[in-house]
Amino acid sequence: MSFRNFRSGTLYFFWPAISLSVILILISIIGILCSVTMQRFISDAFIKVIIVVGLYIFIGNSGIISFGHASFMTIAAYMSAWLTMPVAFKKLILPLLWPFFLNLQMNHYIGLIIAAIIASIFAFVVGIPLMRLSGLAASIATFALLSIVYTIYGNWDSKTYGQGTLVGLDIYVNLSLTLLIAIGAIIFAFIYQESRWGVALRASREDEVAAKACGISIVSQRIIAFVLSAFIVSIGGVLRGHFLGTLWINDYYLDLTFLSIAMLVVGGIHSLAGAVLGPLIISSLLELLRLLEVGMTFGSFSFRAPSGLRETGVAFVMLLILIFRPSGIMGGNEISWPFKSRS
Amino acid sequence: MSILFQYILDAISVGSLYALAALGIGLIFGIMRLINFAHGEFIMVGGYSLLMLSSLWSPFMIIGSCFIVIILAIFAEKFAFKPIRTADPATMLVTSVALSFFIQNLFVMIVGARPKGINIFPRLMKHVSFAEYRIPGLHIVTIAVTCILLIILAFFLKRTNFGIQMRAAAEDFETARYLGVRANLVISVSFALSGLLAAIVAILSVAQTGTLSPRMGVQLVIIAFISTIIGGMGSLSGAVLGGFFVGILIVTLQVVLPEEIRAFWKAFVFGIIILVLLMRPQGLFRIGAKEERV
Repeated sequence: MSFRNFRSGTLYFFWPAISLSVILILISIIGILCSVTMQRFISDAFIKVIIVVGLYIFIGNSGIISFGHASFMTIAAYMSAWLTMPVAFKKLILPLLWPFFLNLQMNHYIGLIIAAIIASIFAFVVGIPLMRLSGLAASIATFALLSIVYTIYGNWDSKTYGQGTLVGLDIYVNLSLTLLIAIGAIIFAFIYQESRWGVALRASREDEVAAKACGISIVSQRIIAFVLSAFIVSIGGVLRGHFLGTLWINDYYLDLTFLSIAMLVVGGIHSLAGAVLGPLIISSLLELLRLLEVGMTFGSFSFRAPSGLRETGVAFVMLLILIFRPSGIMGGNEISWPFKSRS
Repeated sequence: MSILFQYILDAISVGSLYALAALGIGLIFGIMRLINFAHGEFIMVGGYSLLMLSSLWSPFMIIGSCFIVIILAIFAEKFAFKPIRTADPATMLVTSVALSFFIQNLFVMIVGARPKGINIFPRLMKHVSFAEYRIPGLHIVTIAVTCILLIILAFFLKRTNFGIQMRAAAEDFETARYLGVRANLVISVSFALSGLLAAIVAILSVAQTGTLSPRMGVQLVIIAFISTIIGGMGSLSGAVLGGFFVGILIVTLQVVLPEEIRAFWKAFVFGIIILVLLMRPQGLFRIGAKEERV
């Protein structure tokens, strides 16, 4: 792999990724100084960062909106549950699971990696036909994929507990783990976007015909991005399950899909910085409004906002951002080197 | 024989509801390249306005609810979609999703998330006897209303000056503007028309299901969205035919699939949709590819 712009020093080159990592580290330090509740909130926000950065690898570079990534999260999250739940518990809750899984209890981290790899293989297999499509036809096809996986997992009572909630997942996700993986995802996405693959895919995003004329195989570039982004997104999906300790299929359907795409668009679809800052901003906003919903007391005066305010408020702010800054908060820019350029 | 006839009628009636919803989305999509997810909320608001006006004489109730939805659609265009008219399709899509979430949750705040029962037009629920068949009156009304609306709309688009301008704008917006088509007016009118279609879908679907909830539009709009794309992007007759295609597909699969896998019917519907897209990415009923020339 050869990189462009790799001239003026590693720090300079990697600055967009390093600066974002530094921001995440600073946020975690604040969390550690504050409280355990705050740390849980930050871990949740970092999981969203991982998911949105994963989405960005495909959506940002290819320009195709994918509604299908929640299906990779579903597959990985249930796979991780099958692999890592305690054997005795599995026999109690999912007695009809395949015997292979029923007698297996893996280390969490190995389970995480295997689940993500299996979801990526699935992405590769479905990507081969789907990535031939362009534009909205591709979006609809990925949406159809999401609905198929949702329908199967939502009705597969013997293996997934169907529409019910699968409980008993180990809660091993904490702040330091999500921080590490989020930084890893950022660096991974950055290296991809600066590699020749990333550049070729962005060329096809800007002008399909010209990219074809330059000898870029658009379909295979899209498949590469689809699989890489499925890998990161499904790690986020697994972490989500092991953060709450439960899996509910409806948590992996429309709301998740639209919220994660909205976070990406609010941040700015065409830059990694947007993919990191978008979820951070929206999560903080959601948390603020949740506090309002729970209620507050100022001395003798107590105030409590009606339920539904959280979603309404977030949607309203999102609308405002989109109307006044249609290209997102970052407007497609990365965080640039703050000092005078060396060259 | 009689059962087959029932299914065919079922399929056409379901299909016409989807066709009207798809047409509402297709009208906007053709002109602005905007997939309007908030169309589902237009339908939902139409349903709630029926409940609000249910004390009135029924023709007034229908007209009133159409009026409310049309106003809502025009306002949505002015405040949310006009500023982003030149943005890329992804941004427009997400804006409409955000608008849809906003209206939906505003209603959750105001009326609560719990579904409400509503019984308008109890007379329509009766069955009509026809030779040896017993047909739900609502099916006949749905099909008749759809046919009449489609004929009026076709006349409007083909014969009136304004309709021709709208079709020109849908074909090639820039060139139409150069030739003197007034962009703002055309877009406002198409939103008004799409609001009217949403209100009628609301009346028909509320009469069919008898329930109202803030999320009632979501399923309909997703199916309409798919129908528009499958039918052929930007083509209005394609959207209508796509709606019928998806409606008939859904009813057929629910009937044909064996009992033990019937719960998975949605997976089959979407599987077939993927196949259709792979074979004809430009849409089922679109003649000639519409790839932009270089």
